[in-house]
Formats: sequence, C-alpha cells, structure tokens
Amino acid sequence: MKFRFSSLLVGLVLAVVQLALAQTSALRLPRTIEAGSKFSIQSSGSGKGILYIVGPGQVLRRNIQLGETTFFAPGDLPNAGHYLAVLVKESSTDTGAFDITAASQPATLSFLAKPSRLPVDLHDGISGVVYIFDTFHNLVLQPTQVSFQLSGVAGAGQIQTVTSHDGIAWTKMNSGAKEGAAQFIARTGNVSGIRMIQQVPGDPCSLRINARLSSQPSSGQRLKLETDPVRDCSGNAVPDGTIVTFTESYNGGESTVDVPVKQGVARTEMPAYNGARISVATGVVMGNEIRWGKE
Amino acid sequence: MITGRLLAVGIAVTTVALIAIGTLWPAPSAIAMAGSGANLLHPSSTPQAAVENLAHEIGQQAWETAYSSLANKNEFSQDDFKRDLTGSYSSLRTYAALNNFDLRPLHATADEAQIQLKLHWSTVVGMFVDTRELHVVRTGDRWEVAWPIVKEPRVPPQVIAVNYLRWDVIYRGPEDDWGTQDVEAPHVRIVDMHPVERSDGVILLGELLNEDVVPAFVSVKATLLAKNGAVIASEGSFDKICHTLLPKQVTPFLIAFHNIELSQVDSVHMEPSSSLIAASADPVIEIEDQKLNPAPGASLTGKLVNQSGQVVNVAHVLGTFYDNAGQLLWVSDQYVDRALLPETPVSFAISIPPDIARKVSTERAVATTYSSDRFQ
Repeated sequence: MKFRFSSLLVGLVLAVVQLALAQTSALRLPRTIEAGSKFSIQSSGSGKGILYIVGPGQVLRRNIQLGETTFFAPGDLPNAGHYLAVLVKESSTDTGAFDITAASQPATLSFLAKPSRLPVDLHDGISGVVYIFDTFHNLVLQPTQVSFQLSGVAGAGQIQTVTSHDGIAWTKMNSGAKEGAAQFIARTGNVSGIRMIQQVPGDPCSLRINARLSSQPSSGQRLKLETDPVRDCSGNAVPDGTIVTFTESYNGGESTVDVPVKQGVARTEMPAYNGARISVATGVVMGNEIRWGKE
Repeated sequence: MITGRLLAVGIAVTTVALIAIGTLWPAPSAIAMAGSGANLLHPSSTPQAAVENLAHEIGQQAWETAYSSLANKNEFSQDDFKRDLTGSYSSLRTYAALNNFDLRPLHATADEAQIQLKLHWSTVVGMFVDTRELHVVRTGDRWEVAWPIVKEPRVPPQVIAVNYLRWDVIYRGPEDDWGTQDVEAPHVRIVDMHPVERSDGVILLGELLNEDVVPAFVSVKATLLAKNGAVIASEGSFDKICHTLLPKQVTPFLIAFHNIELSQVDSVHMEPSSSLIAASADPVIEIEDQKLNPAPGASLTGKLVNQSGQVVNVAHVLGTFYDNAGQLLWVSDQYVDRALLPETPVSFAISIPPDIARKVSTERAVATTYSSDRFQ
C-alpha cells in the first residue's frame, strides 16, 4: 500500500518536471500579462499544431504553424487569472502556464456606503468600502491609494486616504452635526464613486408644550395644545411626520392622541378639564408637563 | 364477526337518530346559520319567542321580515334598521355573520317585558358582541319587539383639508449595479420585553420603537430556547402589534406560547423586523375618556375620535398596562366594529384579566387604522 502511494507520488513529480521541460522546449510563454493587452507566444519545431489557451471562463483555439510566433490582439484575454497553454502537435503535446493580472490603472469603483440614512453626530457611524476594478472588471490587487471624502451640508468635510489591500479599501467616518444630504465620495486616480448619505435629526431635545383655550365654538371647552418647535440636541428641526404623544389625565380619566409633527410643530385639541395634567412625549423622550386650571 | 356487524348497525342507527333530532329540534345557533331557518321559527307567543325569532331573522339577514315584526317600526325605516346592524359605512359589521345569540329576561309583566339580547358576531379578526336591551310588548296574542335603534351619525357634506405627510418609496431597480445604494430599512428597537407565565402558557410582552425618521412596517418574532440551546418554540406577534409605525412611534406587542412553562425556558431570542413602506400620517386618532374599570369585568374603556376627514373602516386599539413601578404587565386589544367617521366618537372596551387588573396602575392606548380607500 505504502509502496503504491510512493510510486504515485514519484509519477506525479516526474509528470510536473516533464511539463516544465515541455514548456521550456516547445512554448515560450510570458510569465505575466496585463488583462486585455496584446501578447504573443513563440513555439518551436516545424509542422502544424493547435494551440489552446484555457483560463477562467474562457478558452481560445488557434491553428498555428510551429516555429512561428502567434499573436493575440488586445482584449483577447480580458479575465485575470491563471491560464494554461496547450500545444497539440501531430505526435505530442506541450503544455505551459502563465498569469493574467488586472490592469494597474483602476477603471471603475464599486462603492458600498452604509447606512444611507443615519442620525447626526454619530461617531464612526458611516462606513465606506471600495472594490477597485480595471476596465475588464478584474479586481486590482495592487495596493492603491483611495481617498474618502464626506462633504456635509455645513462646515469642513472629512477626508481620509487609505491604501487598498487585495483590491479593497475601507474607512469609517462620523456623521456631521447638521442634518441634510451629505456627499460621500471615494476616489482613486481619476475614478470616483459618489453616494448620498442622509443625515437626519436625532432624538428630540427639551420637548415643550403650551396650552390655550380653543376659540372654536364646539361642544364643550377644548384645549389647543401645541409644542414649541421640536428640535434635536444639535438644533436640527425633527422631520415632519414624527409622532408626538399628548396625554391628558383628569379625575381618574385619561385621553391620548398621537399627532405627527407638521411644519416643525405638533398640534392637537383635547377636552379642557379643570386640574388636568397634560404631558408630551415622543419615542422614549419625555417633555414637560403642564396643569390646566385648578383642581 | 357478529359483534362487528352489531357495532356497524348500532352506529348507523345512532347517526340517523341524531340527524332526526338535530332536524326536529335544532339549536338556535344552527337555525341562525341555516338558510331556511324561518321555517323553524316558533310563534311569538312569549316575549322570549319573539326575541328569538327576531334574532333568527337577523342571523338570516331577512331584514324585511325582521323589520315587519317590530313593534316600533314607525320610528325608523327598514334601511335604518339594517344600517344599525350592518353599519352605514364599510366596517367589521358589514362583513360579519351572526354566530349565535343569548337571551336574558330582565323583567316581565303581563303586557311587557325587558330582555337582554346578546348577538355574537363572527368576523375575520374574531368575535364581537352586540348587546341590546329589548322592550317587548304584547299585541293581541302576539309579542313584538321594540328595537332600540342606534342611528349612526351622518357626516354633513363638507370639504376637510388634510395636509399631513405621506411617504412614498422608490427602491433600487434590478438593472442597478450591486454596489448601488438601496433605501435603508427603518431602524427599530425593542425598548421593553417581559415574559410572564399564564395558565395557558408563556406570554412575551414588550414595546417596540421606530427610532427612525421614516415609516416602518414592523413585526416581532420570538424563539424560546431551552438550557441546552434547543429551540422550544417560535412564534410571531401576529395582530397583537401595530404593524405600521410612524417615526418615533411606539407599539406594544404580545407573543403567546401555548402549553409551555416558563421554567422550561432558559433564554429568549427576539427578532424585530422592519421594512420601509409607503405610509401616511393621516388619519390622526384621538383616544379620549380612557378609564380603567376595576374587576369584575375589568376593562379599559374610551372613545376613538377620528380627527381627520377620512372615514376609517376598521380601527384596532391596543392597550398597554403597567404597574406602579412602570413595569409592563399586560397587552390587550380590541377591534372596533363600527367605522370611524370624522370627529365622531366611537366607544371601545378592552378587557383585562382580573388578576392583572388588580396590579394595573397606568395604561397607554394606541390605535391603528385601516381604510378601504387608502393603503394604510
């Protein structure tokens, strides 16, 4: 058993050595070629043969005259990877291998920016990942300088330059203090990708309400309740549609209403009870409490 | 062999006998469901028989027959009578079927009687009960029911300007590059979660906050894990949650695991999920006159007031109950069977288990709405 395994191993080694010898004897191959570029393969001997180039997702076949140079046009081999060249002659076969590498010049970037929407003033809240590709969508594995720039709606933007590793560059950035759409740009050479990051207000700060009697003649007295302009801790107005909950407690009873903020303010009407306590909240943030009339 | 034949004959005879009994003396609920139940009605020679007959006719939606049997039909039209029971606007009542009914005599003399009629209606979201106190009067040798008509208010023709926000969403297209940004799913967070053990199993109670600035369609799934990490059961909140959450809105949720004991559970894996949806901030529903009513029959009652101009066909009220330390005790809900018309209060009553009701200190109610002419 052991003997059989050893024999197999020796056979394989011999086959590889023979392959190397064949490459040097019959085919002169370049060691590496840039993807999409033109190249040539020199063969030796005389007579006719068929040259096969086998690589990732592609096979080329050429009828060649042995001893001559076979030329390949730009774009014939666009995919990066390890390729095998097989020369089939009348009585024997020669084999060789070479690599196609991505072009060193980046042509496109795939830019993933997350999240597309986040609250203001968040440390390391934005992540940007760039995949660098050449013209033929091969990942450019050479270390490449990539600059990330976040331009907020106000103030100086943030810039970070990082070096790609195995075709990927990434960074993290803070969201700005002002709400609005920020441009997140990744750039290498003259290639860039742009993503929009919506910076939205954070949780409301110091939510306050005031109350007055409604002037509308209706059944029973009603209170007009209105918040001060609702803003977050950085002074940004919370977006319209944010739900504000008004709660009125009176004589063992309670009324609540969920009202969306409209034009920066939440307004509603509730019954006017003497001694009623009215409070306001939004999300997990409580506002002030007021007492109407006297108990 | 002979025993087997005897058994077969016995089963056949019993089946025939039961069919005959069911046909000759059907149950009231069976009559209510039967299309030809009118043939099975008793003469209205007693107050109970008159009310039973009326209930049967309501169950068969024989509005003309039911209306013609009433003692006070001069007070309202047949359409009013039908609208009282099925609703003027599309609502749960419109698509409900009478499942069964109960009678309870309250008072009787030789010429009149008071009878409480409970109509149990079944709908796609469960049962609701319509309770009416009926005055029954004797007319010759017959008894007739004076129907306590409840006229739904009509909204006068008017224009109500509504300018609340509406959110529409455009998603990434199939032709976009894989690295292209898509719209971000809303960020939601469970702000409270509390398991309780009940006689029928384990209940998970909690509250979910939409902490984003866009509307979210939310649901919560929970998985109970044993000490060895094995999954005991997995359940979702189904309709015990407000599925549409506007920015900064909080919804309670309840997830029931039947026939499981809390002692079996080592940990709970919660999976809140959210997706961005088109939604509208309208209609705004005020919940007024909320009152906690103690046991027996503990409940949270109140009135829903539609502050917008749009008719709400179905409203769902969820009550969250807390103890005096602010700890979540219970979540309960009720669907309102009538449509919510603009500025027209509609009552609701959410029942609370008696043992929970004793501990309740505060509560919070939220309403979610469904309108046939809107997507929300």
